[in-house]
Amino acid sequence: MIKRVTEIKKLEILSDNIREDIIKMLVEAGSGHSAGPLGMADVFTALYFNVMNHNPNDPEWKDRDRLILSNGHICPVLYAVLARSGYFAMKELKTLRKLGSILQGHPHRHSAPGIETSTGPLGQGSSVAAGIAYGAKMDKKRFKVFLSMGDGECDEGQCWETFMFAGKNKLDNLIAFIDRNFIQIDGNTEQIMPLEPLADKIKSFNWNVQVIDGNNMKQIISAFSKAKASKGKPSMIICKTIPGKGVSFMERRFEWHGKVPVKDEALKALHEICEHECKLRKWDSQKCKLLINKCGMLE
Amino acid sequence: MKLDLSNLKKEASREGYGRALVKLGEKNKEVVALCCDLTDSTRVELFKKKFPERFIEIGVAEQNMAGIAAGLAMLGKIPFMSSYAVFSPGRNWDQIRVSICYNNVDVKIQGAHAGISVGRDGATHQALEDIAITRVLPNMTVLVPCDSIQAEKATIASASKKGPVYIRLSRTKTPLFTDYNTPFKIGKADIYRSGSDVCIISCGTMVYESLIAADDLAREGIKATVMNCHSIKPIDNDTISSMARKCGAVVTAEEHQINGGLGGAVAEVLGKSCPVPIEMVGVLDTFGESGEPEELIKKYGCTSKEIISSVKAVLKRKR
Ligand SMILES: Cc1ncc(C[n+]2csc(CCOP(=O)(O)OP(=O)(O)O)c2C)c(N)n1
Repeated sequence: MIKRVTEIKKLEILSDNIREDIIKMLVEAGSGHSAGPLGMADVFTALYFNVMNHNPNDPEWKDRDRLILSNGHICPVLYAVLARSGYFAMKELKTLRKLGSILQGHPHRHSAPGIETSTGPLGQGSSVAAGIAYGAKMDKKRFKVFLSMGDGECDEGQCWETFMFAGKNKLDNLIAFIDRNFIQIDGNTEQIMPLEPLADKIKSFNWNVQVIDGNNMKQIISAFSKAKASKGKPSMIICKTIPGKGVSFMERRFEWHGKVPVKDEALKALHEICEHECKLRKWDSQKCKLLINKCGMLE
Repeated sequence: MKLDLSNLKKEASREGYGRALVKLGEKNKEVVALCCDLTDSTRVELFKKKFPERFIEIGVAEQNMAGIAAGLAMLGKIPFMSSYAVFSPGRNWDQIRVSICYNNVDVKIQGAHAGISVGRDGATHQALEDIAITRVLPNMTVLVPCDSIQAEKATIASASKKGPVYIRLSRTKTPLFTDYNTPFKIGKADIYRSGSDVCIISCGTMVYESLIAADDLAREGIKATVMNCHSIKPIDNDTISSMARKCGAVVTAEEHQINGGLGGAVAEVLGKSCPVPIEMVGVLDTFGESGEPEELIKKYGCTSKEIISSVKAVLKRKR
């Protein structure tokens, strides 16, 4: 079983480390998605180091909680938490999107340990998660199914088919969360295809819905623990996040949805992320300088 | 093998699927059935009545059904998902491609009401492309049984076949000419009649038409082999190639577009292993329309008549 990290500050530092990993992966890969993974670093850190029951030494453990990444394009954040929690070596991260890599451009179930299902075509993971949750109920299993979705993804009818199915069948073992960052490829979600009032819509499908600041570790942890206790209804956590969180020139800019930093931008990004980590650690300027120098390296 | 074509009972192949699901359900509690608001006409009704706790109603949402089936399979279940072929694998092809085939999970897909013989519902409901879109998918097995007893066998065999399986079925009652002793093995084409002038390779409802054609041809002195190629994928390369070599000419017959269907699959095999003249019987790059099944199979050229004329055409090209 994974050793749970309970201290909020430690989790926050971990999400900074995850952000570093993401930048390093993306600059090396030369293509992929930046904004989504950075925005969701806090939620994924919380899930893999605090919320979920899982065992990196036994990825096929029958009673593990499952995470389904329906917004498959944000896989760098998943790969980073999988590596940091021990599913595979950190050095694999550098192989993202390269020929022969276990880390495919969009997740593939059989390529790397810890990946439950192949995703990429938006909407698909939602049904798979519902299927697993339904099967778990049939078998009287106690594990939870965590379903990661994008807000732009919710333009897909398949998501709403899942919302209906899960509501009807009272799948209270299903805990979905939406990265409500208000961006998708072509622009702002409310201009491309308005989703609001999103919470009310999903509530009306017979779900429990919480809306939180998805970059606030305390709120994340408490929302998931509430969701885990839900009885009779599936849970939705709408996570309001800042796309590109932690990197000033990426934050809130839809242009960074599917763009990756070039080397100079990556160095600047790493510098900012490490500076933030320093602040969290309350280190003196001398020690900080060392850290920033070290983490700003693209070895 | 001798098949008696006189006084045949008629039954739709979907009936065999319905019976097989119940038999499978009795044997294996991991078998579950999913359906999209079509339980009666897909014959999943029988399973639903017997095992209500293992039947999952999805509503009219074929994409959702494919994903849910994939999720259930990940827990070790053997889900059978049913709808009309135009909707599944038609509507939900992307979900079948990624959630089922790329994941390589044990989901079995029933495409009911395939072919032109669907009848009055018209072109929107007549799947003429489903063989083409399923057989291109990696990991997928594609089966087209020739009558209801073979549909039953194919369904039962699909449960123990690893990975995704597509089973193509028809709506109308067709002659029941195989029996429980007729051999059936996934990946093995069966020879129902031997002759050395031409080899007729067919699947589904067209196997019966091929046998009728072979009878008529025999009266004219033309000796035809009739091969039931129920496994479109994996295809039986050996049997197809050796029969083509023996006969020197091939006619394919299917209730499907000839592009990408059985005709295409056979041409792929023979182009590589034994190029001989081929003529293809099937729907010729067009949509269907409303009408009685018998009227439609005539109008769209899916009867013994077209097989006979194609045999004559291919014999002219034979070297
Ligand atoms: C079915 C499908 N259509 C289109 C795409 C291409 N695509 C990838 S990400 C994306 C936008 C998704 O927006 P959102 O879920 O909000 O992700 P975010 O911008 O927050 O990363 C699109 C259209 C896809 N992956 N799948």
